[in-house]
Amino acid sequence: MGKTIIPIGPYHPLQEEPEFFTLTVEGETVIDIDMRMGYNHRGIEKLSERKTFENSTFVVERICGICSTSHPYAYTRAVEDIFPMEVSMRSKYIRTIIAEGERIHSHLLWLGLAGHFLGYNTVYMWAWKLREEILDVMEILSGNRNAYAMFKPGGVRRDIKPEDVPLSVKKIDSILPTLDMIKKAVLDDPVLHARLKGVGVLSYQEAIDFSALGPTSRASGVARDVRKDSPYGAYQEMEWDMIVTENGDVFDKAVVRILEMFEAAKIMKYCLNNLPDGEIDAKIKDVPPGEGIGHVEAPRGETFHYVKSDGTNRPIRHKVRAPTFMNLPTYKATVKGQTISDATIILAAIDPCYCCTERIAVKDAKGRMLYDGKDLVQLSREKTAKMKRRMGVR
Amino acid sequence: MTFVYLVVFGFAATALLGLITSWIDRKVTARVQYRAGPPFLQPFYDIVKLLGKETLIPAGASKGAFLIAPVIGISGVIVVSTLFWVNQFFSEGFMGDWIVAMYLLTVPSLSLILGGFASGNPLASLGASREMKLVIAYELPFILVALVPVISAHSIRLGDIINVQAGGVFAGSISGILALIVAILCVQAKLALVPFDIPEAETEIVEGPIVEYSGPGLAMFKLMKNMLLFVLPFFLIILFFGGLRFDGINILWTVLEYLGIVAIITVIRNTNPRVRIDQAVRFFWGPMTLLAIVAVILALKGL
Repeated sequence: MGKTIIPIGPYHPLQEEPEFFTLTVEGETVIDIDMRMGYNHRGIEKLSERKTFENSTFVVERICGICSTSHPYAYTRAVEDIFPMEVSMRSKYIRTIIAEGERIHSHLLWLGLAGHFLGYNTVYMWAWKLREEILDVMEILSGNRNAYAMFKPGGVRRDIKPEDVPLSVKKIDSILPTLDMIKKAVLDDPVLHARLKGVGVLSYQEAIDFSALGPTSRASGVARDVRKDSPYGAYQEMEWDMIVTENGDVFDKAVVRILEMFEAAKIMKYCLNNLPDGEIDAKIKDVPPGEGIGHVEAPRGETFHYVKSDGTNRPIRHKVRAPTFMNLPTYKATVKGQTISDATIILAAIDPCYCCTERIAVKDAKGRMLYDGKDLVQLSREKTAKMKRRMGVR
Repeated sequence: MTFVYLVVFGFAATALLGLITSWIDRKVTARVQYRAGPPFLQPFYDIVKLLGKETLIPAGASKGAFLIAPVIGISGVIVVSTLFWVNQFFSEGFMGDWIVAMYLLTVPSLSLILGGFASGNPLASLGASREMKLVIAYELPFILVALVPVISAHSIRLGDIINVQAGGVFAGSISGILALIVAILCVQAKLALVPFDIPEAETEIVEGPIVEYSGPGLAMFKLMKNMLLFVLPFFLIILFFGGLRFDGINILWTVLEYLGIVAIITVIRNTNPRVRIDQAVRFFWGPMTLLAIVAVILALKGL
């Protein structure tokens, strides 16, 4: 049987964002894939270097509309890592509440999309309807449905009013029964079992080899979670479980995400009920020269920020690594030997977020790449040397 | 007279009822999914709008087959629905029209396969090959269960099947109810609705065979689908409920039977994910064929 090339992208109903996957297929079986990124021009890192430390928080918040908390969270942690400072317990709690609320809405969004990709539009609409409720909670707490603008280096920008707490807790409690119903509808459906079990398996070893992150790795049995491994915020303050499953197939990835929503609701409720008193802002005046890293567990995995300061009020270098950057290559391992029908849901199962991952691709008018990996490393070294000369460090 | 049958009943009445059924289906789906749903005339608007659009022929397509495919498909539906209407109201069927109906009901699928392969798009030919596999999968149990009323009525004439059931519908017997269940699932696949929308899987292969169609060609395919949405439940009513009846209280029963079948189809499509093509083939050749054979044996025993 001859080989055919099936394109997924650059514009395809499966994807909200432009990405190009070429599937080489024999009949219905995928034998090889090729990925091409670089359809989004981002330039966020460069933009961030031209803003002050305060303003960069808003820039990184706009990297991604879905994980609009994880980026500022990682960024503020990176800035706070440059020099010794302590963030108040109250602002840690508030940060945790916002981060977990985002996890619930992001996982619900994924669940809906996964249903849509399987042609199960009822799950799609129900999950997104439920997502509205959690967005309402976020609006009560932060004033925004998305892009909460709660973070600043040294604390949070906005306090949670005591009178908002009971209403938020009540609303979280009210979504739990519906969430439970959706969980049962998804996990007990025999057709979904037939469709998802044993499909797109990422083995334990492969998850380690590809450095998979977040739910993608936890579904393969790799217990990897920044919230447990290197605790930050208020995650040490209460009991919660890291959801780890063994099989690594699409079904397990769904299970991990669904059960994580319950844990997130638990954490949110604990934090809201036990909110400590205190200041919410450490009022940072100057950022001394130095470098800092910050990492948090975003809904899709570990988000990593690196910030370098030269003592002025702007970061001289700001590097962002989104979880999809590590998770996307696992697609190559999981999709080979599967059918085209499953290729789309396997891709969706890593919950890819391209706008987080995309940086830049330099091409000529004919679409040829002008720089390969080696060139980019060379360019990066030259830039580092230039920066070092300018800062006078060796 | 033939012209009147074809145009007034075969086309106009079927298209009208098909579009209304499509609206019911869309509205119920929307309500199940917490949405408002389309206005009543939306299916009409869709077709009319498409008719006014430009026809694009892809560069790699074989032009003749590409353009003729939707015409073949819609003609098949018009002829088969005419056959049902004349049997229903004018008792002008002929010996063996059951066989003609079974044959004509596969024409829409064949036209999709033809159009898909003719458009020269890898996604379309993938969809066409899936459609082909699906036809092979569901035709066997569908023909078997359609045989059950034939066995019970001792005739391969649709008019006789309708008349025999004046004394008691086949859906009341064990073999009839068994056959009806299998038939509804086969109809689901014939209509290419979830869970058997494999040939058109929007998020996998972008509507499959009709990906390259635009304008009137697409309008014809859409109208064909909408007409099938009426024709296939109508066929099931003829086979298992003794046709549409308009005397006294039976009007209510007819409407309820029709809406019931449409509702079951809609509910199935809203409570299931799409299955893979191999799973669909296994489903139809395994349990469905088995049930169909049991229904046929029971019918032969007179149950």
